[in-house]
Amino acid sequence: MVQTSIKVQTEDYVLNDEIEKLEANNTLDGALVTFTGRVRDNNKGHKVTNLFLEHYAGMTEKCLADIVVQAREQWQIGNVCIIHRYGELNLGDNIVFVGVTSKHRQDAFNAAQFMMDYLKVKAPFWKKETTEQGEKWLDANQSDQQEAQKWS
Amino acid sequence: MITINVLFFAAFREQLDCGQLQLNVSNDLTVADLKQQLAEKGSKWHTVFSSNTLIIAVNQELVEDEHRLQDNDEVAFFPPVTGG
Repeated sequence: MVQTSIKVQTEDYVLNDEIEKLEANNTLDGALVTFTGRVRDNNKGHKVTNLFLEHYAGMTEKCLADIVVQAREQWQIGNVCIIHRYGELNLGDNIVFVGVTSKHRQDAFNAAQFMMDYLKVKAPFWKKETTEQGEKWLDANQSDQQEAQKWS
Repeated sequence: MITINVLFFAAFREQLDCGQLQLNVSNDLTVADLKQQLAEKGSKWHTVFSSNTLIIAVNQELVEDEHRLQDNDEVAFFPPVTGG
């Protein structure tokens, strides 16, 4: 029985624990792909010191669940875990985790990339960064839209 | 009359200094009508509702201006998303 786990939380997670959960009781799948997104110290030439993430509770979880459903329709994948943090984050902190298992690597690679690309343009999260110039809500990147469109 | 719950997020929430608003509005109101009503609340509101990047969700599903509102709807206004 394949499992989907979606968590939207302020607290950090332990990468190895999440990997163990994806692999537990699962000898059917030979591939595990994980992606971690972290807070960078730079953005468009500015030195970033902090990141604040806001989200739309309820819609976020629905949206992430829908993205997993869409991934399952396109690839033969096993267990899936998406964790996205919100609130105040520091440099180097984890922001997002996507983990997916599959029998063979290609499905897990594709599904992980698809889920990240869609999450970036669909899930209702907003980032506010602090730089030497003060606080600023980030504008959406056109390149993220293009990355997502390549799957349609 | 119907009662709706209006939510604002991120930059819009800060610009308006308002995260949530409960409103009694007339039946058969569309999202476009609601936007127009809210825009008339003052200059900050006018600025937010003049934004060409305003995204609208009703009951947590994306909708367009023509969408007709119903009693107890949750209507959210937010800028383009930037998570991940």
